[in-house]
Amino acid sequence: MNASAEAVNAESSEFLTFTLGAEEYGVDILKVQEIRRYDTVTRIPDTPDFIKGVVNLRGTIVPVIDLRQKLKFERAEYDAFTVMIILNIAKRVVGMVVDSVSDVMQLSAEQIRPAPEFGASVDTRFITGLGAIDDRMLILVDIEKLLRSPDMALLPAADGSVTQH
Amino acid sequence: MASIDLSRFHRTFFEESFEGLDVMEASLLALDPEQVDSETINGIFRAAHSIKGGAGTFGFEAIAGFTHLLETLLDEMRAGKRAITAPDIELLLRAVDALRGLLATARDGGAVDPGTVEPLRAELAQCLAGGGVVPQAAERDEVPASGWRIRFAPKPELFASGNDPLLILRELQQLGDATIVCDVDALPSFGELDPESCHLAWTIELRGEISRAAVADVFAWVEDDCDLSIAALTPTPAQPQSGSKVESIVASAPRAEPRGDSASIRVATAKIDALINLVGELVITQAMLQQLASHLDPVHNEALLQGLSQLDRNTRVLQEAVMSTRMLPVDAVFSRFPRVVHDLAGKLGKQVRLQLVGEGTELDKSVIEKISDPLTHLVRNSLDHGLESPDERAAAGKDGCGTVTLKASHQGGHIVIEVADDGRGLSRGKLLAKASEKGIACNEQMSDAEVWQLIFAPGFSTAAQVTDVSGRGVGMDVVKKNIQALGGSVELASREGAGTRVTIRLPLTLAILDGMSVAVGDDIYILPLSAVVESLQPQPEQIRRVAGEGTVVRVRNEYVPLLPVKDWFRVPGASRPPHESILVLVEADGHKLALQVDELVGQQQVVIKSLEANYKRVAGISGATILGDGRVALILDIAEIVRLATRALAA
Repeated sequence: MNASAEAVNAESSEFLTFTLGAEEYGVDILKVQEIRRYDTVTRIPDTPDFIKGVVNLRGTIVPVIDLRQKLKFERAEYDAFTVMIILNIAKRVVGMVVDSVSDVMQLSAEQIRPAPEFGASVDTRFITGLGAIDDRMLILVDIEKLLRSPDMALLPAADGSVTQH
Repeated sequence: MASIDLSRFHRTFFEESFEGLDVMEASLLALDPEQVDSETINGIFRAAHSIKGGAGTFGFEAIAGFTHLLETLLDEMRAGKRAITAPDIELLLRAVDALRGLLATARDGGAVDPGTVEPLRAELAQCLAGGGVVPQAAERDEVPASGWRIRFAPKPELFASGNDPLLILRELQQLGDATIVCDVDALPSFGELDPESCHLAWTIELRGEISRAAVADVFAWVEDDCDLSIAALTPTPAQPQSGSKVESIVASAPRAEPRGDSASIRVATAKIDALINLVGELVITQAMLQQLASHLDPVHNEALLQGLSQLDRNTRVLQEAVMSTRMLPVDAVFSRFPRVVHDLAGKLGKQVRLQLVGEGTELDKSVIEKISDPLTHLVRNSLDHGLESPDERAAAGKDGCGTVTLKASHQGGHIVIEVADDGRGLSRGKLLAKASEKGIACNEQMSDAEVWQLIFAPGFSTAAQVTDVSGRGVGMDVVKKNIQALGGSVELASREGAGTRVTIRLPLTLAILDGMSVAVGDDIYILPLSAVVESLQPQPEQIRRVAGEGTVVRVRNEYVPLLPVKDWFRVPGASRPPHESILVLVEADGHKLALQVDELVGQQQVVIKSLEANYKRVAGISGATILGDGRVALILDIAEIVRLATRALAA
């Protein structure tokens, strides 16, 4: 529990980067609890495809989503390199399947550009900006907003008030 | 001082005050105006005194003021300045209730309005003012009519003859009101102490009309092994205490139970739950190691395997020990019933004796909290419908005073609680007539057990008249539902004229479930064993399709709707035909359903984990558990599946 969800630091500029297909993404490192190998997932009935099911994380039941399926990537394979980023947001623990995890990067404010408008074909609601490091480009994801979206409903929607025991 | 925030002590104050009130209530109920036990009064007084003190300290003036009045009254009773009468006890009981109300308001942050207790306050004041009469009862307490002073000094070798002074003292207590003082003068220092010798002597003051022979009889076996003197008690007030070295060990016979304060500590339940969770994880990790180690060569890895089996033992013992920390004696619920019965018996004009058996039986705190309502309902039922009025009982040749027995015991991994009465019992004829009147399916050929089950049908109430006490039409069906929600079951046995017994069987804890694991495709699901009726492999001719849509299976003479779990949960893979699968018959709310699964895997106890903590509620799933190999299995919510499925099939 290293990433306290409340302490969302607006000034934070450290990102965990991971790849989906050929693209590189980044999430706020403070929301990451740990990284694990993709394990056997128990399917939950009646859920959208991108919710893979639940896993046992040291005794806690944790739901797992496949970000590749959520963001409509064509290829979503599970092999020895497939990993899960375990996120801890608003006291809830969620696993997120990605192709691979690269490293942790420091980004200063001027390195982050606003996300361009792609038009209706691409869902940019969950992208907070683009980070540029040399010639690499990072797509920065607002993971909390993504998990709060109605079709995910992994976090209570609304204003962020968490009604949990 | 101003910097100290008193509010953080409030919780403890309230907890202790409520406990104090419980003690007061229990003691008041135990108080017999005929034979006042000074220790009981002292206990009541002490409880009132500490509530007053605490309330004063924390600034709850209204509570302190009210309690002060109560305390003054109790003090007079304690000092023997006032007789204790049955109306006094009633008044004190009502005062306890009022005080509980005040404390609850204060705890919930409400402003305490002294006006709410004004009438009672006036009554107390009036009682105080009108006091001062010292009738005979109080005198009798001070000056015993007769009794014996017994000096019992066993010889050191008493134990060698197989005698135990404790048993003798207990026997004396049964004869009458015994005040026992232990004399430790002869006790050597610890180093010289021979544990097989008796170094203690006792002085016993036994009050009551007891013959000398009865007292001597108690000592018949030890006469030769002790110095014994039995002298008549002289009726002098205020017995001089015999020397300063005398230590009072057993203060007074029936109320000698220590409060156990020093032997226990208060721990937040959250801490215990965290501990239970951690141990649960440990057990799973241990099971995983065990599974991995099973592939190892036992010859080369002997030491490792030995260590693992030791780990297995230790984790299991640890799990049991940790689980037991959440266990409370069932007395926590039982203790409220003397009051309930007292009040109800008065209201109904019946004479009732309440018997509590096995109050020490332990079960999980969360279960205790939840069985209180169903039990209250059952006890009320027994008093209201079960027991007859004294006249009726006399006419039936029974003791005018009815008996209600609450009994708790352990059976396997379950706790069994019985509520029994020796009342009129259930009438088969009346039940059947009532059931058909209410449109509940029944017939004359039903066995007695089946007829008794009718009482649990929704909307059934046997009371000829709806009374204030029970019988508002929400009755036993709610009790049954609540018990089933806890994973338990209810049974009823009755004989007309002899009484009724309701038996509740509950799991010891809500954290563990007896489950049946079934395989559907590659998935494993857990069915709560309490909902499973039977499982079978059907013949093709047992399966019928109804109106092209639903499928039913014929089990003996019953058609049960069939639900393929595979389709219901959209498990990938081809469905097998029903006659190549296993059907598990489950029952909830009186509806049966046949769940079609691929295989039965086995029966096991599973630790229930919340799915909602990190995800959300899923229809038809009550929770999840972790299997021995570390995988997660979902636990089916049979009640919900039955409800959803029968609705879907009906539509």
